[in-house]
Amino acid sequence: MAARMGVITFPGSLDDVDAARAVRYAGGEPVPLWHGDRDLRGLAAVILPGGFSYGDYLRCGAIARFAPVMTELIPAARAGLPVLGICNGFQILCEAHLLPGALTRNAGLRFINRTVRVRIEGTGTPWTRDYSQDQEITVVLKSGEGAYVADHATLARLTASGQVVARYVGGNPNGSVGDIAGVRSEAGNVVGLMPHPEHAIDALTGPGTDGLGFFSSVLRTLVDG
Amino acid sequence: MSASGVPAAVPDTVARAAATPGQPQPSAELGLTSEEYARIRELLGRRPTDSELAIYSVMWSEHCSYKSSKVHLRKFAESAPPSPALLAGIGQNAGVVDIGQGYAVTFKIESHNHPSYVEPFQGAATGVGGIVRDILAMGARPVAVLDSLRFGPAQAPDTRRVLPGVVAGISFYGNCLGLPNIGGELAFDPCYSGNPLVNALCVGVMRHADLKVAEARGPGNAVILFGSRTGPDGIGGASVLASATFGGTDSAKRPSVQVGDPFTEKLLVECCLELYAAGVVAGIQDLGAAGISCATAELAAGGGTGMRVDLDAVPLRDPALGPAGILMSESQERMMAVVEPGNVDRFLQICARWGVLATVIGEVTGTGRLQMTWHGEQVVDIAPGSAADDGPVYRRPIQRPAAQDALLADDPGALARPSTGPELRATLLSLLASPGLADKSWVTEQYDRHVRGNTVLAMPQDAGLIRIDEETGLGVALATDGNGRFSLLDPYAGAQLALAEAYRNVAVTGAVPLAVTNCLNFGSPEDPGVMWQFAEAVRGLAEGCATLGVPVTGGNVSFYNQTGAAPIHPTPVVGVLGVHPDVTRRVPIGFAAGGASVVLLGRTSAEFGGSAWAHVAHGHCGGRPPAVDLAAERALAEVLTAAAAAGLVEAAHDLSEGGLAIALAECCLAGGLGCQVSVPADAFTQLFSESAARAVVAVRAEARQAFAGMCAAHAVPAEVLGTVGGDSLVVTGSFDIPVDELAAAHRGTLPALFG
Repeated sequence: MAARMGVITFPGSLDDVDAARAVRYAGGEPVPLWHGDRDLRGLAAVILPGGFSYGDYLRCGAIARFAPVMTELIPAARAGLPVLGICNGFQILCEAHLLPGALTRNAGLRFINRTVRVRIEGTGTPWTRDYSQDQEITVVLKSGEGAYVADHATLARLTASGQVVARYVGGNPNGSVGDIAGVRSEAGNVVGLMPHPEHAIDALTGPGTDGLGFFSSVLRTLVDG
Repeated sequence: MSASGVPAAVPDTVARAAATPGQPQPSAELGLTSEEYARIRELLGRRPTDSELAIYSVMWSEHCSYKSSKVHLRKFAESAPPSPALLAGIGQNAGVVDIGQGYAVTFKIESHNHPSYVEPFQGAATGVGGIVRDILAMGARPVAVLDSLRFGPAQAPDTRRVLPGVVAGISFYGNCLGLPNIGGELAFDPCYSGNPLVNALCVGVMRHADLKVAEARGPGNAVILFGSRTGPDGIGGASVLASATFGGTDSAKRPSVQVGDPFTEKLLVECCLELYAAGVVAGIQDLGAAGISCATAELAAGGGTGMRVDLDAVPLRDPALGPAGILMSESQERMMAVVEPGNVDRFLQICARWGVLATVIGEVTGTGRLQMTWHGEQVVDIAPGSAADDGPVYRRPIQRPAAQDALLADDPGALARPSTGPELRATLLSLLASPGLADKSWVTEQYDRHVRGNTVLAMPQDAGLIRIDEETGLGVALATDGNGRFSLLDPYAGAQLALAEAYRNVAVTGAVPLAVTNCLNFGSPEDPGVMWQFAEAVRGLAEGCATLGVPVTGGNVSFYNQTGAAPIHPTPVVGVLGVHPDVTRRVPIGFAAGGASVVLLGRTSAEFGGSAWAHVAHGHCGGRPPAVDLAAERALAEVLTAAAAAGLVEAAHDLSEGGLAIALAECCLAGGLGCQVSVPADAFTQLFSESAARAVVAVRAEARQAFAGMCAAHAVPAEVLGTVGGDSLVVTGSFDIPVDELAAAHRGTLPALFG
């Protein structure tokens, strides 16, 4: 039986269908989770997809962080549940203080949809173990508030403890400090990524298949333990 | 009167109207002529109430009633080729086309020109929102959008206000709504200064059985308004804004622009799809231009019924809004449904799940009257058809402009032409860097093209291509095209050239062109010269569609695109939809496989009237546009689709603005490889002429013979020009441009202009 993974739909989630497809392509079974349900349905891993939860009219992710499903997700994540936040999902995880730092307006103040190269620097997470250390991959960036920021102490700690999961290479597209494209929690089970690996799972509809590794990694984690 | 031109909230009842026939009414301020006002009085047998006047003023506006264009638009239906694929045609919210495997698609293009000039960000944003609701109202899930944009000169200060605002508005709305933006156009010309064109196209997908009707049937059925609250925004958008030319006080029209909330629209989309799936919708209509006036009148007229509406039940954003304001408001993100009484609870439950406000505001009746109450008193009592269908119809005077002959006689043959290798090289680079032909990434990078994961081709490809079925690979391709310069010189030919280009762009990907939508952007219909342009363009498009066998399924007319006495170039924008049998066999434009043969398809002659070269190098627009040969277009499309299906071509790109030179440069830039080609004598004509019915393709070496046979069978001239490879675009014996240099010229322009 395929491993089952949850994909949360908040009001305004947009890439939930894409995240579900990526889980399928990697050999898993996606299970939809609804923002209004205080229930993770016993799933062993959860993805918070991209989009504009609640329109992002306030600070991105600031409202979604209070959704009923988050009251279950936050303690589960602190207890070790593998959680991946992509784009808006990353913003929500930062707002929920499951990940350090915050995402702010792009340096150019415009939304950017561009194919980017990122280097996987942290392979010790359940979401990145199928990549090799410092492997460069091609994925899609599409965000208006994707500039990662954190204070000096946090940055120093992230670097020292290897919590930077991915950095942009070949140019910083949005002004993220230290070219940071993704980070993980101290324990490593929670990962946030600004670019979209779920849009790089098929050369027909994206820049290649480099993004599949995030989904195959967690499936292998769920199967192997 | 309030500042917005809406009568203040004093209840003007039907009884009062009957009793006070002489009361002066603001019909002129609301955009009605004195004859139209007299006609309303005649229809009602009394003066209209303030609320009724509001309804007629928006419903009889040019924008809603098509009163100046109707007599011409009939040609689309009259000369439509028989098409078994057409499931719903003109007159519906959008046309619906059968694409096989049980799927149908619905698509339509619509203008939001006037609001986008007055308030670029919200004007363009709500243009996207409006067309998406049209598609949603047909029962379909919207799956992609395209935008066709035209502005004044790129260097003009006002363009720097309008263009970034328009693009940001489309980006804001479309991205937040979660629809991939897969194509469109961007053009610049001084004629669009003060009159930018913002045309948005949306395409949606449904199963055949899901088709919905905009009809209120079944007396006793509930009328439910759902989505956003009604506020004082967009009041008179259809009448005072979209149906009038700009003058000196245009900033005062800002309250007539709507304000968009894409988050609510996203919820509305998902909510509607769930309502459809639950089978609780008997009829549905989106609220766009003319808001509740239009939705109630059209639903009741469409169903041949009546409707009773309690305006006090309408949820308001501003409690000060009176009945006329409620009726004229164009607040966005609203829909109206007709629901059987037994399904109302389920309907409201689904709306609640999505956090969508839904309110029963009335019911369908058998009276044949549209009746509305406010504060317990009757303020509207009209026959719905009198507003929806029986508006005025004008046969506007038509006169070929006196200057037309001089324009045609101003032949580009007299212009100085480049001839040496270095001159041709410089000409190519200057065209490639000109704003209209430069790389559009500054714009298109602001749009999400990937969301929903079915985008197979998007900008800068010739057409957008969306996968419909993951199992079978079925997809649809869409392209929009228009050329104001060609249409100025000859509106009949210009419309056909726009059609031919969009048709060709769809075929290039391997899709079979199936149906047409159009957005007809013109100046004032009260100018006989403009009406001549309009009539000619419609005639050209209707006859072109008949010849190509692709029916017009719907569209939109935008008149009054003029400031003062100067109209825009007539600009028919044509959208063509094609069905792709297997998107894994899509053909991109880029040269990516070294060793492939570069083959030119079609005939080239010296055609420079209205060309990009004449425009960029000489600021010239005169002479005759390229000749139209629809039989050749059809044969070319057949070759392109057959070659794609057989897997013979690596790349294909249509030839249009800038001719072969620009097409080759774009192929090299998109694929990252150069090419080496030879062109026959008169290299200038070969490289820069804009003869129609042409494309350049890259054919795999082992497929050359099969491809040549295919071209011969369809009588399409095919000439091998050279080979893909290397890192330069080389025209043997003439010039050599490294791909990096092409890229620098192509990519620098828009960022330098817009930051």
